[in-house]
Amino acid sequence: MSVIADYQDELLGGMLTTIQLSIVTFPLAFVLGVLLSVLRLCPVPLLRAVGTAYVEVVRNAPVLVLIAVIVFGLPEVGLTIPLFTCVVVGLSMYFACYVCETVRSGIRSVSVGEIEAARALGLATSAVFRTVVLPQSLRSMVQPLATIFINIVLGSALGAAMGVHELTGTVRSVNLLEAQPILCFALAGLGYLVMTLTIGHTAGVIERRVRVVR
Amino acid sequence: MTDRPPLVALDGVNKYFGSLHVLRDVTLSVGRGEVVVIIGPSGSGKSTLCRSINRLEPIDSGTIAVDGVPLPAEGRALAALRADVGMVFQSFNLFAHKTILDNVTLGPVKVRKLPRREAEQRARTLLDRVGIADQAGKMPAHLSGGQQQRAAIARALAMEPKVLLFDEPTSALDPEMINEVLDVMTSLARDGMTMIVVTHEMGFARRAADRVLFMDGGRVLEAGSPQEFFDNPQTDRARDFLSRVLHH
Repeated sequence: MSVIADYQDELLGGMLTTIQLSIVTFPLAFVLGVLLSVLRLCPVPLLRAVGTAYVEVVRNAPVLVLIAVIVFGLPEVGLTIPLFTCVVVGLSMYFACYVCETVRSGIRSVSVGEIEAARALGLATSAVFRTVVLPQSLRSMVQPLATIFINIVLGSALGAAMGVHELTGTVRSVNLLEAQPILCFALAGLGYLVMTLTIGHTAGVIERRVRVVR
Repeated sequence: MTDRPPLVALDGVNKYFGSLHVLRDVTLSVGRGEVVVIIGPSGSGKSTLCRSINRLEPIDSGTIAVDGVPLPAEGRALAALRADVGMVFQSFNLFAHKTILDNVTLGPVKVRKLPRREAEQRARTLLDRVGIADQAGKMPAHLSGGQQQRAAIARALAMEPKVLLFDEPTSALDPEMINEVLDVMTSLARDGMTMIVVTHEMGFARRAADRVLFMDGGRVLEAGSPQEFFDNPQTDRARDFLSRVLHH
């Protein structure tokens, strides 16, 4: 058990890096995902095709491959950015696909009748979207978005493969020095569990508060 | 009075759903304060006709004018026109995430730019008028169907519309709730509201209509006073329809 005491600062630092990766990635993935869903729902065929192509290509590549392409590809074109940023960009690009599909189905879940009622009142298209479509679809998206957030936290472990010392990377280094794999990786698992349970619980609280009774 | 244009005027309106010709050369003029009830079998085009008047269904040819103004294409001008044309739907379509009071104030606040306080005052008066003042703070799902539909009527009235469209307002209701909605509609008719009502409620048509339209196959086959139509229908199709709906 001395591993915990000896490497306390490193382990906490690793966890902090994981939290930073996730907290920066989630909003980026959300914004990019919403933009993609706008493309995929837009009446212009070309823009719709762009949205669909993005989702189909990026979603069907392993995240690790995507991150590797960014890490090794960007320097090729003369762009050197920190590894941390590469991982954030890769995770954001990937999970934006999931956000996009979640937003799309959330918007589809809003009753057509209510949209018609809003139009019949004389609300302009943008006002219909703001007052009826968005508030209702966001409510139905709380849990799926939390699942995406959890997947981002877990997916950030791939940073370890690219030399970012987040939780998994730190634990791996500690294990190389101490040769206590079970204890080390169990510790990492516990760390992830604390983060993901927190997200799941928060989502539950939010959902209960904004639930729409039908 | 006579020099003012009719409130709603349809002229030679045609509409297709794919190859299906759902409105065939429909011409109709509705005057101020008039209550027109449209009846007919399902699939006769009566709901489509009702929905075309505020362009929830765009038409393929012909013209529709409300208060002398031809229906604009999609955009700000159409939204402005819709604000003056109230609509009550078969499935109520109250906004599920808003209280009854907020459902009624949404239009006046967002479209008419009325101060919230004033809009709420007016909403409460209207909810009282339709008999559900005590439900103002509840969510739509907590109300009965009849109460929801009366709230929907209050929501439409809050815009002070020139004309109210009713698209089968009682078809989704349990029998015992139909009357509470029809009573509200009858009182509106009596107060001089211009109304176009698609319904299967023959009793309401007899009691409240100034004119009854009978539609079948996308055409208006008969138009006349309730007495003329119910006591002496002119077409076989109308006689057949009435014998089916009145004798059971």
